[in-house]
Amino acid sequence: MNQFKKNKFAIFGLVVLGLFIFLAVFANVISPYNPESIVESETQPPSLKHWFGTDEIGRDILSRVFYGSRISLTVGFVAVVIAIIIGIVFGALSGYFGGFLDTVLMRFVDVMLAFPSIFLILTIQIMLSPNIYNVMIVIGLTSWMGVARLVRGEFLTQKERQYVEAAHAIGASNLRIIFRHILPNAIAPIVVAATLGMAGAILTESALSFLGLGVQPPTPSWGNMLMDAQAYMRDAPWIAIFPGLFILLSVLSLYFVGEGLRQVFNPKE
Amino acid sequence: MRKFVIRRLLQLIPLLIGISLISFFVIHLAPGDPTNLFVDPSVQPEELARIRANFGLDKPVIVQYFYWLKNVLRGDFGTSYFTGKPVVLEIAERLPATLLLMVSSMLITLIITIPLGVYSAVKKGKFFDQFFTVFSFAGMAIPSFWLGLMLMLLFAVQLHWFPAVGMFSYQLKDAVWYIKALDVMHHMFLPLLTMTILSLAGMSRYQRAAMLEVLKEEYIKTARAKGLPEKVVIFKHALRNALIPTVTILGLSLSGLFSGAFIIETIFAWPGMGRLGVQAIFSRNYPLIMGVVMLSAVLIALGNLLADIGYALVDPRIRYGKK
Repeated sequence: MNQFKKNKFAIFGLVVLGLFIFLAVFANVISPYNPESIVESETQPPSLKHWFGTDEIGRDILSRVFYGSRISLTVGFVAVVIAIIIGIVFGALSGYFGGFLDTVLMRFVDVMLAFPSIFLILTIQIMLSPNIYNVMIVIGLTSWMGVARLVRGEFLTQKERQYVEAAHAIGASNLRIIFRHILPNAIAPIVVAATLGMAGAILTESALSFLGLGVQPPTPSWGNMLMDAQAYMRDAPWIAIFPGLFILLSVLSLYFVGEGLRQVFNPKE
Repeated sequence: MRKFVIRRLLQLIPLLIGISLISFFVIHLAPGDPTNLFVDPSVQPEELARIRANFGLDKPVIVQYFYWLKNVLRGDFGTSYFTGKPVVLEIAERLPATLLLMVSSMLITLIITIPLGVYSAVKKGKFFDQFFTVFSFAGMAIPSFWLGLMLMLLFAVQLHWFPAVGMFSYQLKDAVWYIKALDVMHHMFLPLLTMTILSLAGMSRYQRAAMLEVLKEEYIKTARAKGLPEKVVIFKHALRNALIPTVTILGLSLSGLFSGAFIIETIFAWPGMGRLGVQAIFSRNYPLIMGVVMLSAVLIALGNLLADIGYALVDPRIRYGKK
């Protein structure tokens, strides 16, 4: 823990991340206006009344950004949980049983990794008709490969250890050995991967929503708030600036926390 | 070496078949088909069925896949639904713009990333390194489209230094070639800057890590103990070995580079393959989507292969093909 405290980037990340989680949880309490209703004339510059200005139809950008953190963090979190579950199942089966199953599963991972992923995601989204649930599922389904490789590697080293042999000897089932004995030993790298993965998922969600294939308006997400910003860049640049800053800061804080955790778990570095 | 290249090329075949199968099924298993989009609602059902049959959309998906595969093996990727032009032609028209952007960005990244990573590693913990750490993390955390928008806001909207979108100026369509070339470079600046900042952030981080790893090695200690000047130790002994992971990462980052390029092309209205692909997806232009996905996959796979060959060339300890 001391290692983490010494890393000032990690501390900064943790504080900012905490702030975002606070915003997401209490968005309904601290937002000055309803994020989906028109409260002012359109494209008002930032002022005391509207700190971040108003958007192209007169909604309060500050309130929308607050509610957006709720949406974007939730999407990122759920997507990463899906990716971790798939990754653990693939990686554990592959690493634990080895042999033919391992070959088949890992070739499938190779195929998924060779995809220009943005195409797969966009295609699935347009086929499924975009909404917030599909966004989580699609991002989860296309980002588990790294976790699978990582878990497989952990299982390959762990399954040779004596405690696994001992578990076999007392007659524990394969499933029990995988989930109760080996998996807990692989938790540290998975937590790091999950932190960095959530950062990636937030970035992907924002890009999807920006293209109109993610979270659908009027529900605000940081990405879809930027959707029409390009058209108003000359007259109302603040529409483009604030949501992007929030994406940048939240992703950055997750990266810093992830890197800090990595240092704690691998003190060699 | 030749054996290694041939073996790797053969391995591409199942990989590409896997990719084509997944994309084909993802595209075709969805409810509805392109005829829903572009057919006038007043058209009679019989007419609709005829159009479907024309495109082969009435057959089972698996049959459609084999039709598609058979044609692809003959070099025919089908025709685009809307323009009626062969997919191959349509992509060939757009490919140079994408390659121009990607290759320039990769070259610039390589030229900057090596000295940056090395200097940061040598000055580990100093001000420059800290600053650089923040820069590279910010570069990895910034959404590509937002960076593009912000650069556009600053350089095109506020300062008017560079055009915001497109590749050519309409007024210069009859100009001499070198004026046209300058015009393209002028248009290319913002998308190129966006892409380069993004890839620079990740790459130089790896370069720094690789350099730090090598600097810990025993032979570096030996070189220093011999009293060699630090410059020689860094550039002759350490850098050579620290370049090996750079080659690999460059190959591995291709997939991400493609994804990034497609979004950047969309923002800057750069007439490349990515923008074509995004438009194809939005209009459910099946043959065109398949063409773009497959070509990107081939380019990514070949990039990885080149990286592996480069790896073998840079590091003589690796002897592929001999086991």
